[in-house]
Amino acid sequence: MNKQVDLVIIGGGSAGLSAAKSAYENGIRDILIIERSSELGGILNQCIHNGFGLHKFKEELTGPEYAYKYISFIKEKNIPYLLDTLVYSISSKAKEITYSNSEEGYRTLNYKALIFAAGCNERTQGQIMIPGERPNGVFTAGLAQRYLNIDGYLVGKNVYILGSGDIGLIMARRMKLEGANVIGVSEIMPYSNGLNRNIVQCLNDFNIPLRLHNTVTKIHGINQLEGITISDVDDNLIPIKGSEQFIKCDTLLLSIGLYPFNAMLKNCGAKVNLETKGAYVDQNLETSLDSIFSCGNVLHVHDLVDYVSLESELAGKNAANLILNGREKYDKVILTSHNENMSYLLPNEIKVYESLENILFSFRVKKPISRAEILFKDENDKVIKKFNKADLLPSEMVQLNVNNLPLNEINQLKVEVRAL
Amino acid sequence: MGKEFICIVCPKGCRIKVDDNENITGYTCLRGLNYVKEELTCPKRMLTSTVKVSNRKDTYVSVKTSSSISKDLLLDVMKELKKIRVEAPISMHQVLIKNIFNTDIDIISTKEVK
Repeated sequence: MNKQVDLVIIGGGSAGLSAAKSAYENGIRDILIIERSSELGGILNQCIHNGFGLHKFKEELTGPEYAYKYISFIKEKNIPYLLDTLVYSISSKAKEITYSNSEEGYRTLNYKALIFAAGCNERTQGQIMIPGERPNGVFTAGLAQRYLNIDGYLVGKNVYILGSGDIGLIMARRMKLEGANVIGVSEIMPYSNGLNRNIVQCLNDFNIPLRLHNTVTKIHGINQLEGITISDVDDNLIPIKGSEQFIKCDTLLLSIGLYPFNAMLKNCGAKVNLETKGAYVDQNLETSLDSIFSCGNVLHVHDLVDYVSLESELAGKNAANLILNGREKYDKVILTSHNENMSYLLPNEIKVYESLENILFSFRVKKPISRAEILFKDENDKVIKKFNKADLLPSEMVQLNVNNLPLNEINQLKVEVRAL
Repeated sequence: MGKEFICIVCPKGCRIKVDDNENITGYTCLRGLNYVKEELTCPKRMLTSTVKVSNRKDTYVSVKTSSSISKDLLLDVMKELKKIRVEAPISMHQVLIKNIFNTDIDIISTKEVK
């Protein structure tokens, strides 16, 4: 007989921990969290800077402190978890997973519901195809962060950073404080991809220049990085001839985006949202596979951990509800769509049933919009709900909790963001 | 000529303006107002880093200042943190350096080390 657990949570980072806490609070006791690294907390453990938790806890925490709040809960309630354990496969038909670790060996486990919270990966050099050599000294920013904050190694002395994502900005300050010379940051877009506060306290505070509409066009050095060429780009993001500049450096950090680590779910047949690269989900964050939920960065990349927690609590609550009460009968499925100003929208579909109250919508805009209206329309373009919002940025995901949508009267839901 | 600040208190990043008569506008909460007042007089920042744990192999413990500290002192504090070694077990928010540079600010752990 296989071992059987009510709720399996894959991933013991912020999403998995928040989902576990919420499932527990909603009445589930038979939970197992499976984590592949040797401690709970996920990426929060290496994010030693502060700024986490302002929405959720109304205080400013460091990453490890934020994780500690959840880890303490898990330990206090004796919620079981496995560390150093790798999940190999999920079978949604048999409702079973296979995993292994050094104590138990190779195991099969059955579940009633599963929450997939495996986080995201960093985009790498190979994904943006910078011309030139492939020497030592080119790191993703998060990897350099791990080496420095967990293992205690500074990866270089003269550092250039490509991409103005938050991890890159945080690492600019961190390496500067540790004694490295941080030469500058290039961002190919005409605006920064990081939070404003990080531009101020990570770059401006230390006089580190940010070059917008600029990118790395060549990597120099055979064995060890010797320098890079940077160039300005035009409005089509094509490098402008004659604008090249050589910069001597021994380290290039790439902060060029994250993508959901969704391969396992995809491989077991889950429908994928091509825009987020995460799973296609309904308003309960259930994927196209029966009783499998997805939340956190593996669903779509978040910028604030507070929102990961909020979303994962929803997944935990809904998984608990499914385990305890079974599936509620639904009358119809409404598909959602978004307009050209948005890069994605979640959920992808809404199952309409009686007890349905609020729906959590998440989206990003494609370009900065200072004053925007967000319109919810039916299939005939009739506006059924409207919100105004200021200062929408591509780097800041928007979450909207919406209630009282007349779902019985509509067959399709179009969400549009318009600049005012 | 006025000055413009981007507030760093929360991720919202309000643009707060100060004109020549020191009128402050554009803040959306009191913390933002206080941030700019402080920026004009004595700018302060939270400092986070790591400290080597002497009795655990390859282990560092993450630390922070117990409150924000004068920006001018950041690099000096970093030098101190490089010098010291601490011994596990370390509890959450354990004081590792008391009253650093007579600022009334402590260096405290932000993680447990068993």
